[in-house]
Amino acid sequence: MRMKKLEVNHISKCFDGKPILQDISITLNQGELVSLLGVSGGGKTTLFNIIAGLLPPDEGNVILNGKDITNQPGQISYMMQKDLLLPYRTIEDNAALPLLLKGVNKRDARTQVSLLFAQFGLEGTQKKYPAQLSGGMRQRAALLRTYLFSQDVALLDEPFSALDTLTKRSIHQWYLDVMEKIQLTTLFITHDIDEAILLSDRIYLLSGNPGRIAAEIVIQEPKPRRDDFSLTPEFLEYKRKILSLL
Amino acid sequence: MLKHNLPSTLAVVFLLLIWQFVCIIGLVPAYMLPSPVDVVWAFVSEWPLLWDHAMITLQEAFIGLFFGVCIGFVAAILMDRFDLLYKAFYPLLIITQTIPSVAIAPLLVLWFGYEMTPKIILIVISTFFPITVGLLEGLRSADRDAIALLRSMGATQWQIYRYIKLPSALPQFFSGLRIAAAYSVVGAVISEWLGGFGGLGVYMTRVKKAFAFDKMFAVIFLISAISLLLMALVELAERKCMPYRNLDKKN
Repeated sequence: MRMKKLEVNHISKCFDGKPILQDISITLNQGELVSLLGVSGGGKTTLFNIIAGLLPPDEGNVILNGKDITNQPGQISYMMQKDLLLPYRTIEDNAALPLLLKGVNKRDARTQVSLLFAQFGLEGTQKKYPAQLSGGMRQRAALLRTYLFSQDVALLDEPFSALDTLTKRSIHQWYLDVMEKIQLTTLFITHDIDEAILLSDRIYLLSGNPGRIAAEIVIQEPKPRRDDFSLTPEFLEYKRKILSLL
Repeated sequence: MLKHNLPSTLAVVFLLLIWQFVCIIGLVPAYMLPSPVDVVWAFVSEWPLLWDHAMITLQEAFIGLFFGVCIGFVAAILMDRFDLLYKAFYPLLIITQTIPSVAIAPLLVLWFGYEMTPKIILIVISTFFPITVGLLEGLRSADRDAIALLRSMGATQWQIYRYIKLPSALPQFFSGLRIAAAYSVVGAVISEWLGGFGGLGVYMTRVKKAFAFDKMFAVIFLISAISLLLMALVELAERKCMPYRNLDKKN
């Protein structure tokens, strides 16, 4: 049994008396990639804001490495839907931001960052500004920044949803490769069923209005995976199962 | 650059030619409207005197602008940080701008005399406003998601200003500064005009009394030129501070 990294216990949240999340419990084990799959507007981002400590839950708590971190920001890496790369900082300085916030001096931060550029497939972009990069490269840089904040647990909120289909395919392969190297424990929001099956070890299906965990599906396919997994009968079987549950 | 400025340059040259032509054929008497050539001549012959006065005016403008920027900066940050201050003082700030500076200047002269102090105060009053308003707008329009991202990384208030709010307010700050730079020269001239011992405003009152219209025009052009120069300096600083703007989008 792998070590539990993150436990989200019985989270509920209302806005103006309207329940958005109802009794949500999620566990995340060391090195796992777990997806939250559900329709847009189902409260997934609200859940992430609660886990990240930006929003207090009405009920429930968030445990990281056995410690209660409910309502405490700054513990978990959070990558939001937009890449949010700051347009006035170069890519290396964007990536270095979490280190600078922790008080690392600029030179040391840049050194640490530069060691990871190759691993993230970002060579040669250090001195460029975000506006000079393609959408796919910007997401890579945003993921690098997320990783530099904490190598413990990361929350990724639909990181690839804004990309076109072809870019998405190549970034999925890139993502599987990078994750194989860095073994980041990740909770991943998506509304793309194929993406969830391709990338995840487990999938939680979230039903909307109010958001509840409807089912949990384990994807048995061993890792490392290739993106041609999505062309196999097993893949389709998972997809059929998920569609029947949604 | 040249291509871009060509139409406006041609327009100016064209107007000057018409002006010269009007003077040559004697449509307006020479003592009322000096020709451009007369103005240039006056400019050259008066240059040492103009230079001395201009230095005084520039000194006032710079000192006033400096304090105006400092005060505007602090005011904007305080009003952004504390909503109560914003609600309390923003309307007042607007009201200060509805008072014409020609009305305040004589009062300032009465209170502070003919030296530099009242002039600098007037410039501060007229320059801090565009800085405050510009910077405040910029700070308040900073990307909320980016702020949330930094908060998720455990950033302090100061770090949010340092990394998000101030950098994203830079464009508005510079628009404000460009206006303030122009105001600072105009403010200096107006306050000198209304009482003082030196400066381009004082020079103007003297040549006006002497009905030396050619010198009057010369000083008007000089004031315009100084304002333009200051604005160009601000633009240069702007480009140095924000190299990420005007990037060519290459992958």
